[in-house]
Amino acid sequence: MVKKKEYGLKEADDEVWDKVQDLLRARICQNSLPENMDGTFQSQREHLTDLIRRCATIGESNSALVIGPSGAGKTMLMSSILSELAKDSKISGNILQVHLNGLLQTDDRLAVQEITRQLRLENTIKDRVFGSMAEKLSFLLEALKKDEGKSQSILFVLEEFDLFAHHKNQTLLYNLFDISQSEQTPVTVIGLTCRLDVVELLEKRVKSRFSHRQIHLFHSLSFEQACKVCEDALTLPLNYLSKKFCTEWNSHVKEFLQERIVENSLRHLYDLDKSIRSVYSILLIPICRLGPSHPRLDSADVLDALKMSSCDSKSAMLQGLTILQLCLIIAMKHLAELYEGSNINFEMVYNEYQKFVQKKSHSIQCFGKPVCLKAFEQLIVLELVRPVEGSGFTGAKLTPKEYRSLKLLVTPLQVVETLNSFSGCPSELKMWATNPLPS
Amino acid sequence: METLFLLGKGNANQKISSFFVTELAGNPSSYLHYGHSSTGKTFLSRKIIEAKGAPQAFVNCIECQSQRLLYEDILGELSGMLPCVQNDYARYARCETANDFVRLLKNLIANEKWEKETVYIVLDNAERLRNMEGHILPVFLRLSELSDCNVCVILLTQIIWEKFNATSGYLDPVKINFPDYSKNELLQIMTLDAPKEYSVAFYSSYVNLLLSIFHMACRDLSELRHLALINFPKYIEPIEKGDATEGDAHKLWRNIEPHLKKALQTVFLREVSSSQWEQYQLSDTSTLPPLLSARAHVELPFYSKFLLIAAYLASYNPAKSDRRFFAKSHGKIRQTKRMKKAETSSQLTGPKAFQLERLMAIFYSIVDVRVAPTAHIFSQISTLVTLQLLSQIGSGDQLDAPKYRCCVSLDFIRSVARTVNFEVMKYLYEFAA
Repeated sequence: MVKKKEYGLKEADDEVWDKVQDLLRARICQNSLPENMDGTFQSQREHLTDLIRRCATIGESNSALVIGPSGAGKTMLMSSILSELAKDSKISGNILQVHLNGLLQTDDRLAVQEITRQLRLENTIKDRVFGSMAEKLSFLLEALKKDEGKSQSILFVLEEFDLFAHHKNQTLLYNLFDISQSEQTPVTVIGLTCRLDVVELLEKRVKSRFSHRQIHLFHSLSFEQACKVCEDALTLPLNYLSKKFCTEWNSHVKEFLQERIVENSLRHLYDLDKSIRSVYSILLIPICRLGPSHPRLDSADVLDALKMSSCDSKSAMLQGLTILQLCLIIAMKHLAELYEGSNINFEMVYNEYQKFVQKKSHSIQCFGKPVCLKAFEQLIVLELVRPVEGSGFTGAKLTPKEYRSLKLLVTPLQVVETLNSFSGCPSELKMWATNPLPS
Repeated sequence: METLFLLGKGNANQKISSFFVTELAGNPSSYLHYGHSSTGKTFLSRKIIEAKGAPQAFVNCIECQSQRLLYEDILGELSGMLPCVQNDYARYARCETANDFVRLLKNLIANEKWEKETVYIVLDNAERLRNMEGHILPVFLRLSELSDCNVCVILLTQIIWEKFNATSGYLDPVKINFPDYSKNELLQIMTLDAPKEYSVAFYSSYVNLLLSIFHMACRDLSELRHLALINFPKYIEPIEKGDATEGDAHKLWRNIEPHLKKALQTVFLREVSSSQWEQYQLSDTSTLPPLLSARAHVELPFYSKFLLIAAYLASYNPAKSDRRFFAKSHGKIRQTKRMKKAETSSQLTGPKAFQLERLMAIFYSIVDVRVAPTAHIFSQISTLVTLQLLSQIGSGDQLDAPKYRCCVSLDFIRSVARTVNFEVMKYLYEFAA
């Protein structure tokens, strides 16, 4: 694979760049903990590792919750711990893993099915009918016991733990925690969630069986660390491709990250969101644009990425409206200011629009009511205008659509800004947007 | 046709194609392509994925009202096993929950040996996912994480991401805006439609003319192309007849202008089919086809017409003005200016509800002949409700005092009144002097 010939940044061809992109994009897009991040979450890591190890070796049952905002690295931490433990044959041979996700196992029946599947007990259970979930679970655990002669430790990892708490009667959680309290089988239950108040969601009988071990993960990345993470993500290992290429590339990465624009953008992003994911998001576009004709990370691309992530999508949609629709929006804006709080309907908007058109008829064409209504309905489809709840939905059939009360979801400022940057916008319209018609 | 839409899409196109590289492992787990209709969202996504030759599933969420249909469609598209006559309408697998879907997807990818490739799932009209169970959207957004496969989900929608009620636990997709075509881009693209018999420059000037009229109300490419297509025969009519040549721009313009103006009044409405429209153009009459002139033409029995008029009056007149219009001796009309100014026009606020008794009272006073209050009359009211000309308000349990509202427009009621020689304007509070 590695080419014999030495080549630098400029001589590299498509194949090389594909490989570079391959590695870098895999790093950025996949949910793996960045390398050299061992320093962070050290205490949490030890705590969790210890719990699992004790379960596997001594047969101790435990339960714990890992709580942290999304993107803090809960799943990453868990998977890195598990892969580390998998190396230890004493532990990996002794413990079975069951992974559940609240998004997928949306009720307890599915969850038990999935547990059976992951424990490979479908054959044992076959068509047996069980009176309760507890019975079924204990049967499953019993079946494992007979296979091994002694009871088998099981690790349950529940992602999106808070969703399990919404299941009916919280049967699954109750049973899992109950097993972890009793002596039957050594079981470790680890829940991952981003809700800080998750314990409050648990019913009393479930809560009392939970060990109340909470492990918190927060975004603890300092700005310097964030920059380091970027650098690590972009740096190529020296033996990956040609040595000359990699050294050139790596020194280029160092330079790139020290550029003022890049640093400022990173700082800007970091101030908004401290998670690694957000820091990575800005690197995606510069990486994607790499190629033989564009062999360097470009600070302009970083700016592009920043612009893309921070762009106001509503303004972008407003740019694509027709003049007629803009007229209707402006009319609605004025009406909303005029009748503060009270309802607006299409008839009023059309009336206002006509008033405007009659004054400035030389530059703006007048459209009939059906055409305006159609244009207006398009605005509703785009959800720039919304029917007021209550009158709109419950009584929708009862009121003719011209008279349904509506609400404008565009702020006056957005309207004015749109008009200023709108190409080919008649100046009368701009005037009208800022000054309502004299009544 | 293929290069057609890509014109002027340079910006978005470049942005997107740089993202899509199939052989590579790293892909963001989801994209959101948003933009107005016919800005090439579906087309561009399809073209790019096809160019990569990656396994793909295109599913339109409008077709799937339940999650089961959605999952089975995606699996069917990916596996190439869509229900058809040949395979006796078999499906790839029965799949009712997200759990099954992820498991089956994993199996499929393992079976087809797609581990190295990126599997694309494109969901058109993705805003519909919001109406399904709450967990479906987040499942699709983090599908690659959940299934542990190289899957990339592309959501196509006209709605901005903020409206997807993004709460915690959602993985934000990479958002790409599809900007609208500018006037010049529209002109370039539509010129590609030029028929063989005429020069491109000639067609281009025609399109330019068309755009100058329609661009104000319509920026939708497919609608504009439709308009250009159906009006073109009229435009070239003088040339066909030999009255003019391609160079006579002025003459051609004078010929087509009134027709385009007329078309403008019905843009987007598509009340008549294209063939009807062509026929109308050929017939050279100034009257619009019947469908066009009376948008809602309903033939009603005699008393029903009066009932409807009475309902309209009851809905749009304030109750206190009834005395003035319908009582034989109403005394002096005292109308202070303050009173009239205080309220906004009822034509703007819409119809008010009224009671059956008031409707009947107005009805008896506007019908010239004496009508007995028989069951026939009352059954006609319920007929009007079924025709949705009236609507009944509140639950049906109020048998003795039901309330109604009139749902027809002023133009409609005027045309109804005209057929029975009733001057409705005289009785309307706002229009009566």
